Amino acid sequence: MLKEITLGQYFPGNSVLHKMDPRMKIIMLTAFIVFIFCTKNFYSLALMFLAVICVIMFSGVSMRLYLKSLKAIIYIVLFTSILNLFYGTGKPIWSFWRLSVTQEGINTAIFVSARIIAMVLVSSSLTYTTTPTDLTDGIERLLKPLSVFKIQVHEIAMMMTIALRFIPTLLEETDKIMSAQKARGADFESGNFFSRIKALIPILIPLFVSAFRRAYELAMAMESRCYHGGDGRTRMKVLKYSKYDLAAVLVSCAVFIGVIVCNIYFPKTLRIGM
Amino acid sequence: MQFINVENVVFRYDTDSDKESAKPVLKELSLSVDKGEFVALLGHNGSGKSTLAKMFNGILLPESGDVIVCGMNTKDDEKLLDIRRRVGLVLQNPDNQLVASIVEEDVAFGPENLGLDPKEIRRRVDEALKAVDMYEYRTHAPYKLSGGQKQRIAIAGIIAMQPDCIVLDEPTAMLDPRGRQEVMDTIVKLNKEQNITVILITHYMDEASLADRLIVLDSGKILTQGTPKEVFSKVEMLRKHSLDVPQSTELAYRLKARGLNIDDTLPLNVSECVEAIIKGL
Repeated sequence: MLKEITLGQYFPGNSVLHKMDPRMKIIMLTAFIVFIFCTKNFYSLALMFLAVICVIMFSGVSMRLYLKSLKAIIYIVLFTSILNLFYGTGKPIWSFWRLSVTQEGINTAIFVSARIIAMVLVSSSLTYTTTPTDLTDGIERLLKPLSVFKIQVHEIAMMMTIALRFIPTLLEETDKIMSAQKARGADFESGNFFSRIKALIPILIPLFVSAFRRAYELAMAMESRCYHGGDGRTRMKVLKYSKYDLAAVLVSCAVFIGVIVCNIYFPKTLRIGM
Repeated sequence: MQFINVENVVFRYDTDSDKESAKPVLKELSLSVDKGEFVALLGHNGSGKSTLAKMFNGILLPESGDVIVCGMNTKDDEKLLDIRRRVGLVLQNPDNQLVASIVEEDVAFGPENLGLDPKEIRRRVDEALKAVDMYEYRTHAPYKLSGGQKQRIAIAGIIAMQPDCIVLDEPTAMLDPRGRQEVMDTIVKLNKEQNITVILITHYMDEASLADRLIVLDSGKILTQGTPKEVFSKVEMLRKHSLDVPQSTELAYRLKARGLNIDDTLPLNVSECVEAIIKGL
C-alpha cells in the first residue's frame, strides 16, 4: 500500500527532456512557474497551458502518469476554486444566502485551478525525467554561488541524496513493522481519528530507533570510504549543456515573449493577482 | 611482508564508569597480517571481533597500544585518509552502506572522495563492477536488488578505491545461502586474482575454512591461530569455547571417536571428508 507514491519518481527514457542538463531543467521550471503566474488573460493562460502540454509531449512519459500526479492535488484545486468562486466583486449572477457568484469569481476560479494544474504538471515533468541524483547534483551546482554566504551547499545536497536513497528502504521497513505489530494484535483501522493517530506510535518508535541505527552505520561506512565533506571531492558525472538545452531556452523564450505580448495587447481578465 | 600490525591493543567502549560495560573489549591483543593473505577472524558474540574490525581503518582508536597499517599509525590524523583508502571496510547490512540511489553512482562515491579525475573514476567504477560481476546492473536502483547483489555492490564501492586490503565484518550474516555463496566467491576471487589482502570476520565455519589462516578470538584475546586444518583439528578446545567446526570436520571427528581410522588432521570440506572415510574403511 505504501508503494503507490508516484510524486517525485523517475521514469527512465530517452526523450529530449531526459537528455537536458538538470541545471537547465530546474531554471526552466522556475521560469515556467513564474510565467504561469504572470498570465493576465485567457489568451496568455492558454498559451502557457499549450506550452506545458508541449513539455509533457517532449518528456516521453505517458499522459496517464501525469494524470496520476494530478489526482494527488485534486482536492486542493477544488477547494481553492470553490473558495475563489464566491470571492469576486461585481454583479452577482447567482446568489444564495450571503454568498454570491459573479463573473469575476468564475474567472478567478478557472484561473487559479488552471495555474495550479499547469504548475503541478510542469513540475512532474522535471521529476519524471530527472534521476534524483541528477536533481540534487543540479541543485548543488546551481546553489554553489551561495557558499560565499557560508551556506553549506554540499552538505545540503548530500542530505538530499541520502534522504532520497533511504525513502524506499524506510518504506519497506514501515511495512514490516506494521505487519509485525498487526501480528501482535495491533489495530490500525478502527476507532476515531485520535485513537488511530495513537495507534501509530508503536510504528513510529521502532522506525525512529532503526533510522538512528542506520544513520550511525551509514556514517561509519561513509567515513570508511574516505568521505571528508565537499572539499577536494570530484564527481564522476560532469554536467554539460548540450544543443537540447539551447533549443529549450530558445523555444521557451519565444513562449514567454508571447505571454508578455498577450498580456499587453488583450484586456486583463483578472482584477486581483499579478 | 607485514601489512597490518596490531600491537598490545586495549579498548573499551565506556571509559568513565565502573559498570559492566567499562570492561575492556580487547585485552592486550597483538596480531599481524601479511600482504595478500586471507585471514578469517572467528569468535562468538562479544569476543571483540567486530571491534577489532573497526580498528583496522581507524574508525575506532585503541586506548593503549597501536594499530600500524603499512607503516602508518591509525592515531595519526593526517594519515587517516590514506589508511582508509588502503583498508576498506564492508559491514554486515548492505542497506546501510549504500549512499546513492543508482548502483554506479554509489560505487563512484569512494573515488569521488579521493578527488580523482572524472575519466579515471568512470574507468575504476566499470572495472570494480566487472570484478564483482555486477556490471550489467550499473544503472539499477540498489533497493530493487537482492541482498547478495547489494553486498557485492558495497564490495565494488571499496575496490573502486583500489585498496590493498578489505576488512569484511560478517558480510554474509543477513544473506540467504545463494547470496552468501555469491559474496564468498567474490571475496576469494579478489584475494586470488588481484592479490588483495582479506580479513574476513564470520561465524560460519565453512566460510572460515576457505582462509589461509584462522585467528580465533575469545573475550578480547587470541585463543588460537593457524591454518584451518590446524585450528579445526582442535575440536574439543573449540567446543569448550562454544564454537563450531565445519560439518565435514564434525562428521569425521565423530566417526574417529567411534573407532574409524582417520588421520589427526581432520578434513575441511565434503570431498576431503569422502576421501578420509574411504581411506578409513
